Amino acid sequence: MKSFSNTYIFVFSTIMVVIVAALLSTAAMVLQPLQEKNIEIQKKRNILSSIRIENNAKTAEELYDKYISNSFVINAKTEEQESFNAFEIEMGLEMRNSPDKRSLPIFISSLDDGTKKYIVPVHGKGLWGPIYGFISLNDDFTTLYGAVFNHDDETPGLGAEINTDWFGAQFADKKIFNNNMEFISIDLVKGGADPESLNEVDGISGGTLTSNGLEKMLYDCLGSYQTYFKNQMKNNK
Amino acid sequence: MSDKEPLFSSKNVKLLTNPLNVDNPITVQVLGICSALAITVKLEPAVVMAISVMVVLAVSNVVISAIRKFIPPRIRIIVQLTVIATMVILVDQILKAFAYDVSKQLSVFVGLIITNCIIMGRLEAFAMINRPWTAFLDGIGNSAGYGLILIIVSFFRELLGSGEIFGYPVLEKLGIYNTGYENNGFMILPPMALIIIGIIIWVQRSRTKELIEEN
Repeated sequence: MKSFSNTYIFVFSTIMVVIVAALLSTAAMVLQPLQEKNIEIQKKRNILSSIRIENNAKTAEELYDKYISNSFVINAKTEEQESFNAFEIEMGLEMRNSPDKRSLPIFISSLDDGTKKYIVPVHGKGLWGPIYGFISLNDDFTTLYGAVFNHDDETPGLGAEINTDWFGAQFADKKIFNNNMEFISIDLVKGGADPESLNEVDGISGGTLTSNGLEKMLYDCLGSYQTYFKNQMKNNK
Repeated sequence: MSDKEPLFSSKNVKLLTNPLNVDNPITVQVLGICSALAITVKLEPAVVMAISVMVVLAVSNVVISAIRKFIPPRIRIIVQLTVIATMVILVDQILKAFAYDVSKQLSVFVGLIITNCIIMGRLEAFAMINRPWTAFLDGIGNSAGYGLILIIVSFFRELLGSGEIFGYPVLEKLGIYNTGYENNGFMILPPMALIIIGIIIWVQRSRTKELIEEN
């Protein structure tokens, strides 16, 4: 084996690192617009899926414009904040703020049958990384209409099952307030939910930690909206 | 290149076919088990994983082989890791830009290709001492051997665990559930992957004379 001087090793490593850095930063810059577009389309698809509108990457933008009629942002006192764009708010960043400083986006959708659905984002921690999604409510602000969840790093086949259709479909018609108008959120139950229960859904086999994270996410995020929901319910009466 | 040999000489073809059977990285060398357990719950991620590993291994093998005479032996492992990591990040970025859905499914495991022992193993054992073309064949062969096992395991796990093949509900369409059959939830848990790999190793060893050890 040839021997190499220390100087050679330093020069070799320096050149290698520079080449690699140049290559990776070029790739990152060239691909970034495509990736950001994908993320934006993904967000629109998630919002559409939460109101049970079938969509794909091609139709998402058109359907989004068609069904999402309005969106606005509220603060903790449920006052509308006009300077914010609901689509651009990162729920993950908002949830890091203390509850009284959060800006909370709400999307309103008018479906073909004329009913209005209210869509709110949720964001929390899974086992390996963030999990997030959208929950849609009927205009009684208690009954869920649909739910869709997504994740960055959950284990395929286990925790990652949260973004399957069967998992999201369980949330339809569940209630997040009990009859006394107390906030009860949704429970993910290990070993099968009681079909009679108003707020239980099945957890995921092999994905207990992700399920726990999801349960906490729903409690925290939907909890942030509860004042707003309660006010709306009073207005409805 | 004085000893010019044909591109697909019998020696070179062996580089491609041996890893599929008698020199399989998973069942014979028992490398890369970790990812074989993790992403074999469903076929589709397993196939994409196999392709990603193939790209990473083939290109890294060629790159390392091309610069093998300039790599100082004292830092060769660092150099190999840098090349692998670069390739993996590139594959990850490209998947995110052009195959967003698949990249979401594979999630962490694309990044974990870096730690796949098969890749380090081939670079250190083969690419460092062979020409780029043979290194390329070796890379393709070994990743195909890896992918083959991944696909066999995920086929059984998806079929028996979820009753589907490539997400298509085969068992439901065949009406098997009406006979009282139920999916085996145990199949989707990691231990079953290990057991299936064990069974594959058993079958392979008892059928292949070269692999039967004398005691």
